[in-house]
Amino acid sequence: MQEFVNIFVRSVFIDNMVFAYFLGMCSYLAVSRTVNTSVGLGFAVVFVLGITVPVNYLLENFILGRGALSWLGPQFAAVDLSFLTFIMFIAIIAAMVQLVEMIIEKISPTLHNSLGIFLPLIAVNCAILGGSLFMQERNFANIGEASSFGLGSGFGFFLAIVGIAAIREKIRYSAVPAPLRGLGITFIITGLMGIAFMSFMGIEL
Amino acid sequence: MSEYSNTPKEALFSPQNRKLLTNPLGKDNPINVQVLGICSVLAITVQLRTSIVMAISVVAVMGLANVIISLLRKTIPPRIRIIVQLTVIASLVILVDQVLKAFVYDVSRQLSVFVGLIITNCIIMGRLEAYALNNKPWPSFLDGIGNAFGYGWVLLTVGFFRELFGSGTLMGYQVIPGFLYDLGYENNGFMILPPMALITVGIIIWVHRHRDRSLVDIS
Repeated sequence: MQEFVNIFVRSVFIDNMVFAYFLGMCSYLAVSRTVNTSVGLGFAVVFVLGITVPVNYLLENFILGRGALSWLGPQFAAVDLSFLTFIMFIAIIAAMVQLVEMIIEKISPTLHNSLGIFLPLIAVNCAILGGSLFMQERNFANIGEASSFGLGSGFGFFLAIVGIAAIREKIRYSAVPAPLRGLGITFIITGLMGIAFMSFMGIEL
Repeated sequence: MSEYSNTPKEALFSPQNRKLLTNPLGKDNPINVQVLGICSVLAITVQLRTSIVMAISVVAVMGLANVIISLLRKTIPPRIRIIVQLTVIASLVILVDQVLKAFVYDVSRQLSVFVGLIITNCIIMGRLEAYALNNKPWPSFLDGIGNAFGYGWVLLTVGFFRELFGSGTLMGYQVIPGFLYDLGYENNGFMILPPMALITVGIIIWVHRHRDRSLVDIS
C-alpha cells in the first residue's frame, strides 16, 4: 500500500507532468483562461490517464514486450513486438478519448459545450501518451503501481491547470507590458510555478 | 475545394506558395503565435545537439505526413479522420525512431520518450486538420515544412541559449573562454533546469511581439 501512495505523491508533486516534463502544454495554455473550463479539462485528463495507463500496462506486458507473448505457448517466447508500441498506445488512447467524450456529452452537455474542440484534442494531448510512455520506461512492478502513477500524473496536471487558470483570472487586472500580455506572461508564471514545485524534490514517504 | 483547384498550372514557387513557406517563420509561427507543440520545445532543449536532431525529425515527419494525408484527402471518411491521421503520423514516427536508434543512438537515448511524443505534437495534427485535408500535395508539403521550420528555429534558439548559459558549451564544445571562469564567471546551473525553458520561451515571445506589434494580445 505504501509504495502506491509513494508513487502517487511522487507523480503529483515531483515528476509533475506540466512542470517537470512539460507534457500537455498545448491544452494547458489554451484552456486555462477560466477556472471552470480548466476544472473540466483537468477531470477529463485524470479520468483518461487513470484508464489508459493501466490498459497500456497490460498491453505492454502481455502482448508487446519482449517475450510477453509466452503465455500463448513456448514457441512465442522469442517474439518481440515492441516496435508496435507507439501505434498501439495511440490507438487505445484515441478509443478511450472517444469514450470519455460520449460520457461527458451524456452527463453534462454544458461542460461538453464549454470544452468544445479541446475534448477530441485530448487524444493528441502529450500528457496522455507521455503517461503511457513513461510507464513503459519506468518498468512498474504491477498494475497497481501503474494505475497509481496514471492517477497521480493526471492529478498533477489537474493541480497545475487549475492553479494557472486562477492566476490568469487575477492577472487580467494587472499592468503587464503589452507585448508580454497573454501568452508571454503565462509562460513566465508557469516557470515560476515550476521553480516552486521543485522544492518538493526529494520527498520520500 | 480549395483556392488552388482553379489554377492547375501554378508555378512551383509562386508568391502564394512562397508565403506558405515563410509565414510560419514569422507572424504565423506555430509556437509563438498559434501556441502549438510547446511540450517538446521545452523538454529537449537543454543541449543544442538534441534540439537539432529533434528539429530535423519534426521536419521529416511533418512534410511527409502532410503529403500523405493530402493524397488521401478524398478517400478519408470525415468521421474517422482523426484515427487515420494518428495512424499515418505514428507510422512515420516509428520510422524516425528506428532511424535515430540505428544512427545516433546516444541522442536517441537522451530524447527518450520525446521521439514518441512527436505523434502528439499538436503542430502536426493541427496542420493536417487545418490545411492538408483541403489542399493539394505540393502546397501541403510547403505548409508542412514551413511550419516545421518555424518550430525548428524557436527550438534551436532556446537550445542555443540554454546550452550557452547553462553549460558554457555549444554542441558539446567549450565556447566560453577559460579566463572568464578565472575571473569569477560561473555557469548558470539554473538554465539546465526545466522551469528556465519556460521563461526562455516567454522572453522569446516577448521579443517577437515587441518587434511585431500586430501580434500583441489585446483580450
